Amino acid sequence: MNDVTSLKVPTIESVEEGLVSAGYIPSRQIATALFLSLRLQKPILVEGPAGVGKTELAKAAAEFLGLPLIRMQCYEGLDESKALYEWKYGKQLLYTQILKDKLGDTFKDTANLQEALARLNSFSDVFYSHDFLEPRPLLRALQMPQGAVLLVDEIDKADEEFEAFLLEILSDYQVSIPEIGTVSAIVPPVVLLTSNNTRDLGDAMKRRCLHLHIGYPDQKLEERIIDSRVPEVSTTLRKQLVSFVQQLRSIDLRKLPSVSETIDWARALMLLHAKDLDTQTVQDTLNVLLKFEGDMNTGTRRAAELTHKALREGVAAAE
Amino acid sequence: MNEVILRLLRAARGNGVRISVAEAIDAFNTVAAIGYDDRQALKDSLSLTLAKTVEEKILFEDCFDLYFRREAMAAKAELQIPGDLNFDFDLDGAQSGGPGGSPGGGGGGEGEGQGGGSGQGRAPSSGSALGKMLLANDEVGLAAAMETAAEDVGVSNISLFTQTNMYARRILDRMGLSQLEREIEALRNSERAEDAALGERLDALRRGLAERTRAFVERQLALFGAGTRREIREGALRTAQLSSLDRRDFDRMHALVRDMAKRIASKYGRTRHRDRKGVLDIRRTIRRNMSFDSIPFRTVWKREKIDKPKVMAICDVSGSVAQVARFLLLFLYTLTDTMRDIRSFAFSGDLIDVSEILEREEIEPAIMKIMEAVGFRSTNYGKSLEDFDDLAMRDLDRKTTVIILGDARGNRNEARTDLMEKIFSRSSRVIWLNPEHRASWGTGDSDMLRYMPFCHSVATCGTVAQLERVVQDLLREAV
Repeated sequence: MNDVTSLKVPTIESVEEGLVSAGYIPSRQIATALFLSLRLQKPILVEGPAGVGKTELAKAAAEFLGLPLIRMQCYEGLDESKALYEWKYGKQLLYTQILKDKLGDTFKDTANLQEALARLNSFSDVFYSHDFLEPRPLLRALQMPQGAVLLVDEIDKADEEFEAFLLEILSDYQVSIPEIGTVSAIVPPVVLLTSNNTRDLGDAMKRRCLHLHIGYPDQKLEERIIDSRVPEVSTTLRKQLVSFVQQLRSIDLRKLPSVSETIDWARALMLLHAKDLDTQTVQDTLNVLLKFEGDMNTGTRRAAELTHKALREGVAAAE
Repeated sequence: MNEVILRLLRAARGNGVRISVAEAIDAFNTVAAIGYDDRQALKDSLSLTLAKTVEEKILFEDCFDLYFRREAMAAKAELQIPGDLNFDFDLDGAQSGGPGGSPGGGGGGEGEGQGGGSGQGRAPSSGSALGKMLLANDEVGLAAAMETAAEDVGVSNISLFTQTNMYARRILDRMGLSQLEREIEALRNSERAEDAALGERLDALRRGLAERTRAFVERQLALFGAGTRREIREGALRTAQLSSLDRRDFDRMHALVRDMAKRIASKYGRTRHRDRKGVLDIRRTIRRNMSFDSIPFRTVWKREKIDKPKVMAICDVSGSVAQVARFLLLFLYTLTDTMRDIRSFAFSGDLIDVSEILEREEIEPAIMKIMEAVGFRSTNYGKSLEDFDDLAMRDLDRKTTVIILGDARGNRNEARTDLMEKIFSRSSRVIWLNPEHRASWGTGDSDMLRYMPFCHSVATCGTVAQLERVVQDLLREAV
């Protein structure tokens, strides 16, 4: 492990504090996962519904470890040339054109083809060298002199072939480029993979990773998150709105509101200068939380009841 | 301590968490990094390393709790100071409530000191070590002895509940039960009233101990035996005749079918492409290399798209076939994501479209509804094919696969093979699944042999394993 990183995180608590200082309120499990990942040098596979802070975790980790964040968004059809490296074909083409004369000069005094070939061989592979290599996220992460946080976002969207290809990088932190050879990481990057579970990942992939599932946070944790992200919300309102969202998650909806939506909602309420929740405001702003028409109808219908409950709980908590 | 983790891994495996050897090694590294001090951190981190789905996490965490509750008991033996033992365990310490001057440690504060009227001055003593521990109410000593004995007899190999008594007996033997029993016998036969009373008490304590040992072994069974038991049961279910399935096995069977379907779905779930190796897609290659002056640095090969299959399932729901139909439908509907389009029809006398019922409702009530609508009438294949002709014949195209499930016993009604031929010629494939054995096809009122020429493939389909094979073939060949 990198000594600098190791010094920074002697215990799980220090990871927790570090993440908090970067504006990310982690649950104990999340902190443990990051700690273990740094200690054992294993990638973390983060699963969970959209908007619970999977990507944020990587950002916060990069910030508190003081490492650059390299992000790779996966999608169907993503291949090596977009993820790992690519030859700068255009540059190669241009250079051969410009160097044409030079080549003529070089070979002018050779007697025959044999000699010309021998001379050509004496040059190293000019056109397939690092100068013409365009590093894509994965290679860049390996080449960072201080290491990096590599975020492979939504790995489940990529093809299975790509997943298999990632395995080499994840287990040995090295890649092989046919023309150059094997490139090993200067400092192994901290790797986070996220998945929304649109398909099951392969066992081989899962086996190599620590598996972290981030679910919806409980009331307390969510309040802390809101407090850190939208500090201008008053304590009472915070309790009320979090309680409302928590209740919303317990009813049968197509897409449950996640933490990012709670944060958006808190911001929206701030813009509207709301002091307390009331049914009208809730109904007006519900579209921040719910994203489907059917869900909206259910939400609007039950807004009054849920608001009432949230208010009561807010009061109870305040006392 | 390695042994502790190894056994935990075994217990977790038994409870359905899949743990590979590599993960086991990871677990040891994890433990080395985290240590044993913080139980919660240990649990979290092992769960991170070992359990790779949410379901597995739940299983693992339960298993962890169960396992370490037991370990904690054994570990106490080293930590506890004998002084406060009697306080802790007075509650369950059988009848005796701590005899007068228990030899363990002068404590015994609350021991009401009745001692059964026996000489207060002389502590009742027993010859055997086990007897001493029992009389002294030495929980910790007993627990430790039980653990050691359990390890000696290899209780973690337990796999079936019928072994409980055997293991309990072996553990007790190891702890020195026979010696104790001889002693009790001797005391009972003794002339002195005190000795006889002591014998009685030892006997009562012995019974308590036997019970505790049994409970202990049962816990072990829950920890270590679950895996084997499930495997045996599921292995049996997989090849059991669906038509003669017990009602109590339905739930388990449903789970099994869902599992299979999920496995198949994750394999075939996405639109697939197949590279036609070596055939260059010139148009797209030129397009892609425009920026390089159309010098083909990057080649694009032709590939073909493999469509998701379009399926129509026609199920006989009369009597014995209904059972199999139920699982076929369950299977198909768990695969909804994988199949482009499924329409299902059920018939016995008449044929109706049941796709909507199955989509809307849970499988149990859906089956009930279907049965109410068309079930249990005398089968009429001819009439049902006519109904199919009206309902769906025009929707058949050359990409559709038709699965017919039935025993082809039409009660000597008109077979209408002409309609069957129409289906055959219009669809991409017709698969007939027959729950009856091949030998009985064509016997009695079975029209199977008459329908057979109009099927691309026919198969016996009596068990879940066969069902899985059929569906898998269906998906593999779907082009």
